[in-house]
Amino acid sequence: MSTPMPADDPSAKIAIKAESLTKIYGAGNTEVVAMRDASMTVMAGEVVALLGPSGSGKSTFLTAVGLINPPTSGKIYIANQLIMDGPKALTNLRSFRRKHLGFVFQKSNLIPFLKAGENVQIACELNGLSSRQARIRALELLDYLGIKDRSQSYPSMLSGGQQQRVAVARALANRPSVILADEPTAALDSFRGRQVMELFTKVAHEQGTSVIVVTHDHRSLDVFDTLYEMEDGKLTQKTKEPLAVAH
Amino acid sequence: MNLAIKDISYNIGRFVLTAVGIGMLLMVVMGMGGIYRGVVEDATLLIDRLDADLWVVQRSTRGPFAEISRVPAKLSDRALAVPGVRVAREFVYHTIQRQDGDRVLRMAVLGLSWPTDKGDWIPLVEGRPLGQSRFELIADQTLKLPLGRQIEIGNEVYQVVGISRGMISSAGDGIAFLSSADALAVQFDVPGEAVRLERAARESRGRLFDVAIQQPALLENATRQSGQLPAIARPSISSVLVTLEHPSDAKAVAEVIGGWTDVTVYTADEQRNLLLKGSVEKVRSQIGLFRILLTIIATIIMALILYTLTLDKLHSIALLKLIGASNTVLLGLILQQALILGASGFAIAYVVGQQIFPKFPRRVIITSEDLIQLAAIVFVISIASSGLGVWKAMVVSPNEALA
Repeated sequence: MSTPMPADDPSAKIAIKAESLTKIYGAGNTEVVAMRDASMTVMAGEVVALLGPSGSGKSTFLTAVGLINPPTSGKIYIANQLIMDGPKALTNLRSFRRKHLGFVFQKSNLIPFLKAGENVQIACELNGLSSRQARIRALELLDYLGIKDRSQSYPSMLSGGQQQRVAVARALANRPSVILADEPTAALDSFRGRQVMELFTKVAHEQGTSVIVVTHDHRSLDVFDTLYEMEDGKLTQKTKEPLAVAH
Repeated sequence: MNLAIKDISYNIGRFVLTAVGIGMLLMVVMGMGGIYRGVVEDATLLIDRLDADLWVVQRSTRGPFAEISRVPAKLSDRALAVPGVRVAREFVYHTIQRQDGDRVLRMAVLGLSWPTDKGDWIPLVEGRPLGQSRFELIADQTLKLPLGRQIEIGNEVYQVVGISRGMISSAGDGIAFLSSADALAVQFDVPGEAVRLERAARESRGRLFDVAIQQPALLENATRQSGQLPAIARPSISSVLVTLEHPSDAKAVAEVIGGWTDVTVYTADEQRNLLLKGSVEKVRSQIGLFRILLTIIATIIMALILYTLTLDKLHSIALLKLIGASNTVLLGLILQQALILGASGFAIAYVVGQQIFPKFPRRVIITSEDLIQLAAIVFVISIASSGLGVWKAMVVSPNEALA
């Protein structure tokens, strides 16, 4: 049974909260601190960009809050529940992940032997929906993301942008509290990259799902509500600069 | 959604090739079992078909199949005189190998006790049983002698009057059924020159006896046919087959005949056991060990294939873990594929085997019991061989999906 978030916190709308996360790999002479005392609070429906150079610890942070790679110390709250207390899991992580988190990756990471619709459907089925209900939900999501006509195509028959849309649909399948995206536009051209970023904003604002996106792509930063930067394992919130309007 | 079926459908070409490979392997395992059954069936075929209650053979031998047995031809008359004996048949059995045109003709010759036994019990596909006491034969279809064909064996010509099916010796040779007189003639056939030399030798030996010196006319007998000489016995037969009035009297009758000092008596079951524990036992062990070896090899190959198939899917498995798939789902994926692969391989082995096994030189008999046993083995090795893949799937981290 997981512990609820402290009551004095005005957190009714907090989707995810990371408190002082530290991740240390190795020990002694080989010890590497990948993430140091990183904290972040993301509200429901908020779209957050996590910036930083390669090796700065962005993916370590993302996998920690994604309950894939537990932190060495620190606390993670999701959906008002304390889920990780240091490396100790307070619930069944795989089951919790399935219900509350959605993932989108650099490459689309679709299951190659399932068609686009089935890639979304399987996520719904894993969460307990019947095959029929799952199929209906999958088609709804693909329709919502404008790719319903490709539901019968295998991933190898889709373009990079289409694959990412399917991946987003899969991430949304179980109405998660948070979507975690690790450089989702890295394999896309700038036009399609922006489309995907705008898709996250649409999803967040229309469905109330929080989105944390690790990105190098500074061209689309205007779509994010909040910016964070990771450098040498330290996480800091950045002030969002107003867009320069070209005339 | 059945992930195993989805994966197989997507990689159908690879799956079919793999299933065919496993099927061929299982067909060999199936075939080895069938060969063993064939050897046992061929070995016991005659004993079962002849349907004798008792086998009377030469004293202290285990003949006529395990070793040479010689008993006097008149033994059948002695046996017939024993109370409780309904029929006593002469049994002559030996193997010959002759040239028939361009091919080598190897056959087991079995003498039927004419007129008691005309071969009515032999399953014929063509022709008829023996119709006369001499110069006719029934040939098994494996000998490839057509009906009506006249074949010269030794000094005589025999006509094929019937074609039998499935009558094979324990060595796998087709059986030719002749009257016992003909079978003995074939067995003891000697060239004319050898007969002349033997007669000359008889005459030469006779000259050393006083009686021949005193009565030289006696030496004229030395050049007569063996059958006309009272001092020379009829050729021996292999054994005598006894059929009882009441099969339940077998023990009592066997005790009576077994009391004669020149013979040994076996029941049909004892004769069958002698045969199986003698010449067939080593073959059985050899095939059995080979079959076990093949089963182990099949398990290892299946394990490697399933492990490789799992490795190919490892990224997808990590991804499924990441999106929350339980271990049961992953276990189901791998186990179902293993079982589908095993079942497909088994089906291919059966279908292809049905086409290929009849073309083998010796009989390959696939029984329902053997099929069920092999299916159980395939089921077990499918599960056992998927263990490596299951282990790999269980230990892979969802992190792998991000790699």
